[in-house]
Amino acid sequence: MRFQLIGVNHKSAPLEVRERLAIPESRLPDTCRDLNAYPGIEEGMVISTCNRVEIVAHTANGHADLRGFLHEHFHLKPEELDAHLYEYREKDAVRHLFRVASSLDSMVVGEAQILGQVKEAYATARAIGAVRGQLDQLFSRAFAVAKRVRSETAVGSSSVSIASVAVELAKKIFGTLEGKTVFIVGAGKMSELAARHLMAHGCASIFVANRTYERAIGLAQRFNGQAIKFDDLYSSCDRADIVITSTGSPHAIFRREHGEQFLSRRKNRPMFFIDIAVPRDVSPEMGKLDGIFTYDIDDLQQAVSSHVADRRQEAELAEAIITSEVERFEARLQTLDVVPTIVSLQDHLETIRQAEIDRVRGRMGNLTPEQEMAVEALTRGIISKVMHTPITTLKTAAKESEATTVVDVVRRLFNLRDKDKEAAQQDKKNEVGTRQ
Amino acid sequence: MSLLWLRFALGCYFIGLVYAFVALTRTSDLFSRIALHAASLGMVFHFVSLAELFLSGQVVWASVHNGESLLAFLSMTFFMVIYAIYQTTSPGVVVFPIVFFLTFVGAVDQQPVLLTTFVSHKGWLIAHIILIFTGYAALVLSFGASLLYLLQERRLKAKKPTSLISFLPALEVIDQIGYRSLLLGFPFMTLGLITGSIVALTTYGRMDFLDPKILLSLLMWAVYMVMVFTRWNSGWRGRRAAFLATFAFVAALAAWAANYFSTIHRFAAS
Repeated sequence: MRFQLIGVNHKSAPLEVRERLAIPESRLPDTCRDLNAYPGIEEGMVISTCNRVEIVAHTANGHADLRGFLHEHFHLKPEELDAHLYEYREKDAVRHLFRVASSLDSMVVGEAQILGQVKEAYATARAIGAVRGQLDQLFSRAFAVAKRVRSETAVGSSSVSIASVAVELAKKIFGTLEGKTVFIVGAGKMSELAARHLMAHGCASIFVANRTYERAIGLAQRFNGQAIKFDDLYSSCDRADIVITSTGSPHAIFRREHGEQFLSRRKNRPMFFIDIAVPRDVSPEMGKLDGIFTYDIDDLQQAVSSHVADRRQEAELAEAIITSEVERFEARLQTLDVVPTIVSLQDHLETIRQAEIDRVRGRMGNLTPEQEMAVEALTRGIISKVMHTPITTLKTAAKESEATTVVDVVRRLFNLRDKDKEAAQQDKKNEVGTRQ
Repeated sequence: MSLLWLRFALGCYFIGLVYAFVALTRTSDLFSRIALHAASLGMVFHFVSLAELFLSGQVVWASVHNGESLLAFLSMTFFMVIYAIYQTTSPGVVVFPIVFFLTFVGAVDQQPVLLTTFVSHKGWLIAHIILIFTGYAALVLSFGASLLYLLQERRLKAKKPTSLISFLPALEVIDQIGYRSLLLGFPFMTLGLITGSIVALTTYGRMDFLDPKILLSLLMWAVYMVMVFTRWNSGWRGRRAAFLATFAFVAALAAWAANYFSTIHRFAAS
C-alpha cells in the first residue's frame, strides 16, 4: 500500500489560497497527465472542487514529492502554500479519501454533491489512463463505502445544504421571500439547487445569464424564467433581489462600481449576493457597500456550521464505519499485493530444491567443493529460469485490475498457504453469519 | 393616586429596561415574553394613571411631567402596534429605555412645572400637545428602528453563524418599521407645529422666529422632512438614514429642552 494524498480544503486553507489552486474542469486532464509524468508517481489523479483540491497517488516507493509537484505546477512558493497543506500516507490516505467520498469531510457534512464530484474526477482520470490498478481499487472501494455510510447512517438525511442556508440568510435580509426576484449568473448544478430552494420559499421570478446563451435558455425554461444575454448582465442585474453567481471566471465579475450602479438604480434597496464560485465572482470591495450583502462559499460554511452539531452523533457512527472499512481495504490489498505471493513461491521452490539435493547427495557420495558448487548453480539456474515467467506475469498483473485472479491461480497451482488470507476469509464467514 | 399608578407602571417598564440590555447580548424567547407582558401591564397602570388625572379634573395639560408621561404612553402604544403587526419585541431595545426614562421623570418629581402664560384657546393647545407627542413617539420608534437596522446590518456583514439566530427581525422588516413610523409621524409633527403656531399667534398675536423653541422645532421638522424626502427619493437607509434619524432625535431633544429657555413656551413651578 503506497498511497499518498496531499491537498487543501476549506478547513486548512482560506479561499484566497484555494482560488489559486483551483483547476478548471477543462484543464483537469492536462493536470492529471502532468502528475502522472512526475517522478515517483505510478498512478495519480486530482480532485478539484470549490472546497478542496487534492492529489491522490499510488507511488513507486511511498515517498513521492507531491509538494514539489504542487509548487511546480501552480508556480507557488513553499512558504505560500505549505502551511495550508495536509499530507497523508498509506492507511491515513485511504481513510481521508473514504471520509471525503462519504461527505464527512465536507463543509456541509452529509451533503451528496461531493460524491458526484469525486466520481467525475475519477472518470476524467480513468479516461486518460491515469487510474489503473491500485488507485482503481481504492476509488471503487471509496464509492462503496460512501454508499454504505449513506444507507446505514442518517448523515445524509435532512441535509442542511448550502441552498437552505442561503434561503435562511435571504430571509434574514428580506423577511419574506414572497415576490422577490432571483438572478442566476452562470448555470451550474449548485446554483440551480439554490434557486429551486428560493423559489420554493416564495420567490416570484427568475433571470438566468450564462456565457453560453443556449444553456441560459435551457435553465430559464425549467424555472419558467427569463434568459438574459451575458452582455446585458450589468444592465439588468439590479432587477434582482438575490443574485446567485457561480461562473468559472478567473476574475471577479461584480466589482464595487457595479454595486454602486445597482444600488442607485434600486434606490438603495438591499441586494443579496450568493457567491458560490471559486475563484470568487464578487469582489470583496463590493461586499463592503451598504445594502450589498455578499456571502461566499466560506461564509456559507460558517453559517452552516451552527447546524452541524445535531448531526455529530450520526457522523460518529459514520466514522466507525470508515474505520472498519479502512481495515478491510487494507486486508484486501494485502491479498492483492503480489510480493508476498512471489516470496512464498520462491520459498516453496527453494524448499523443494533443498530437499531434492539432500536426497541425491547420499547416492552421489562425497562431492568436491567444485562439484558441490556446480550442482548448486545448476539447480538454482533451473528454478530461476522456470520462475522467470510466472514472476513477470505476477508483476504485470499487479498493475492490472485482474491481479487477484492471477494471484489466486498461482497460489492454488502451487498450493501456497497464506495465513492473512485465511484470516480474512474467516472474518468474512463470521460476518455473513452475524448478518443472517 | 395618579402618581401611584404611574409608579406601578414604572416598575413594569423597569423589566422592559432590563430586557433591553439583555436582548443585546443574548436571545431568550421566555424573557421577551415576560418583558412583553410586563410592558402591557405597565401600560394598563399607565392608562389608569392618565385617566385618573384627566377625570379628577386636575389635569394640567401644559405640565412637563404630564406631558412626559403622555409621550411615554404614546411611544408604548406605537411599540404595541408594531408588535401586533410584525410580532417582534426588538424595537423595545430602544423604546423601553426611553419610555422608562420619561416615566421615571414623570413619576418622581411631585412638583409639576407649568406653562406660565395664560392660554386662551384650550382646544388648540390640547390638539397641539397630542399631535406633537404622537409625532415625537413616531420619531422615537423610527430612531430606534434605524439603530436596530444598523445593528442587524453589522451582524449580517460580520457573517458570524450567530447572525442566523439573532433576536432581530429581518433587515427589511426593521426598515419598514422605521419608514412607516417616519411616514406616520411626519403629518402629526407637521400638524402639531401648525396648531402650536396657531396657539402662539392667538396668545401673543405674533411669531417670534428667533425664540429657541420655535427655531429648534423648525430645525427638527426640517430634518424630519429631509429624512422622509431622502428615503422617498433615493431610498436612504442604513448608516446614512441612522445618521439623519439621530440628528432628528437630537434636534427633538433640543427642542424639548428649549422649554427651559424659551420666552413663549416657558414652564415654571406652580
